[in-house]
Amino acid sequence: MDNLLLNVEDLKTHFFLDDGVVPAVDGVSFHLRKGETLAVVGESGSGKSITSLSIMRLVPAPPGRIVGGRITFAGEDLLAKSEKEMRDVRGNRISMIFQEPMTSLNPVYRVGDQIAESLVLHKRMKKKEALEQAVEMLRLTGIPSPEKRVRDFPHQMSGGMRQRVMIAMALCCQPELLIADEPTTALDVTIQAQILELMQELQRQMNTSIILITHDLAVVAEVADRAVVMYCGKVVEEAPVAELFENPLHPYTRGLLNSIPRLDENVDRLFMIDGVVPNMLRLPPGCAFAPRCPEAREHCRETAPRLTRVAPGRLVSCLLVEGGAA
Amino acid sequence: MAELAKATVETAEIDELHSPLREFWRRLSKNKLAMVSLVFLLGLTLVALFAPYIAPYDPINGIMEESLQAPNAKHLLGTDELGRDILSRIIFGARISLRVGLLAVAIALSVGTVLGSIAGYYGGKIDLIIMRFMDIMLSFPSLLLAIAFMAVLGRGVENAVIAISIVTMPEYARIVRGSVLSVKENEYVQAARAIGNRDAAIIFKHILPNVMAPIIVRGTLGISTAILETAALGFLGLGVQPPDAEWGTMLGSGRGYLFNAPHLVYFPGIAITLTVMAFNLLGDGLRDALDPRLRQ
Repeated sequence: MDNLLLNVEDLKTHFFLDDGVVPAVDGVSFHLRKGETLAVVGESGSGKSITSLSIMRLVPAPPGRIVGGRITFAGEDLLAKSEKEMRDVRGNRISMIFQEPMTSLNPVYRVGDQIAESLVLHKRMKKKEALEQAVEMLRLTGIPSPEKRVRDFPHQMSGGMRQRVMIAMALCCQPELLIADEPTTALDVTIQAQILELMQELQRQMNTSIILITHDLAVVAEVADRAVVMYCGKVVEEAPVAELFENPLHPYTRGLLNSIPRLDENVDRLFMIDGVVPNMLRLPPGCAFAPRCPEAREHCRETAPRLTRVAPGRLVSCLLVEGGAA
Repeated sequence: MAELAKATVETAEIDELHSPLREFWRRLSKNKLAMVSLVFLLGLTLVALFAPYIAPYDPINGIMEESLQAPNAKHLLGTDELGRDILSRIIFGARISLRVGLLAVAIALSVGTVLGSIAGYYGGKIDLIIMRFMDIMLSFPSLLLAIAFMAVLGRGVENAVIAISIVTMPEYARIVRGSVLSVKENEYVQAARAIGNRDAAIIFKHILPNVMAPIIVRGTLGISTAILETAALGFLGLGVQPPDAEWGTMLGSGRGYLFNAPHLVYFPGIAITLTVMAFNLLGDGLRDALDPRLRQ
């Protein structure tokens, strides 16, 4: 495949707790091309954040551990790298934006120093030079009077501003891959749109690939090229975004899409997927979604489906889908 | 242009107001007891620094003919059994007490902070080993443990410093560990990891500055404990050795004269009490000023 930047194959990250083993990420595979935006969608606890932490090799250990699979980034095997080699990758070639702009900046340092830190770390810049670059990055993220703001402490900034600072921090070394873990969840809607627009703009300028982790399908529709839907640590569907919205194949994806309130319909109650996410310690033997699936048959509860290609670029893991049999 | 300049000045002023140090000082200066203590301690420090110039008499060599005098015009606080001026001895004693207090806390704090942050940051077995060791030390009365260490190390002021810092260190380790445990869950620590920092940089650059408040407060309160323990060791004859002037030692040698010359005991006792109280009040003030929950 041309332009392949990241390839995750059969990734397994398990958490070894006192009560048993939680397969937080259980055989996840996906790929990402250069300059592409891939959305990873799923409820809380579906393993999407752990997948991104696995790529960064930042899974909290113990109790977590990557127990299997392969992560190839720009032709290099990330799982084979030493901790020292990984430090050169983090923040330099792969960087991350977090969900909570309120807590993801260190309250005791000026924002400029925090942006400069990774430049000093990775680009061997002098502190002064790095601070000048930090001003440029702040200007790029659209913060007004950046030469003054660079001296602000985080508590002097609003949530949207801090998220811009986070973006400046993440992109200052011009990484090839940006992992954005729910970057807009904590922001209000107008700021959300601004931040998403900014990310796309900078993506075009720097030709960065983005993995966008979210549970917000509106965000997916707006910015992503392709989407991976996760449920209980597994990929249940993968498709180009337009096709996913037009013709969702997996019942879970359909459930998610039906849960979005629509402007053109007037309903008393919003649609909800029945039941709750199963306990990850005691997953059902068959399809993990079967207990909540309105279309589940008997064999769904016994046989686990496999992720199968059903059309070019479309993968689904469901026994009910034509060609999706185990 | 002029307007722009004015605007710049105004933002600069706002910056100043927002500066955490300013805010801290504003809150501390509201606390009268803490300010009085601070002034007292600064005064005491000056007295200790310039003791040879301030003290009216030699603290070591007394005049035997003038021994055991009650406070009078010549000897403001009287003289001891060897005719030494008590005021002078208390002034020189401040040097030892402050030095021992600060030094013992500095050593205990540094070692305790390093151990506590390693235990808190890494958790697991490392945490278990370090903290169980600290628990064992905490399970002994600290003075008893200090005496035991003095028995091994031998008498003298340097050994007193070492003994006191060893026995007080676990408290700092515990406080730092607890704070590190809560601070390390913050996303900015994860973010620091995600830009490729090594563990040492994360602990010392990103976590420790955020746990400074409880460390500063405990350290200040700890100075008073250290001074008390020095005095106790001196009183028991294990710390500072005669003829050097130290408040606890003065108490110890004066107690034989409690009935006929009580000023031998009163004045060193008052010096210890005031100094310890000042450090405690200042520590309380610092805690109030640094506690983020009380911030508006």
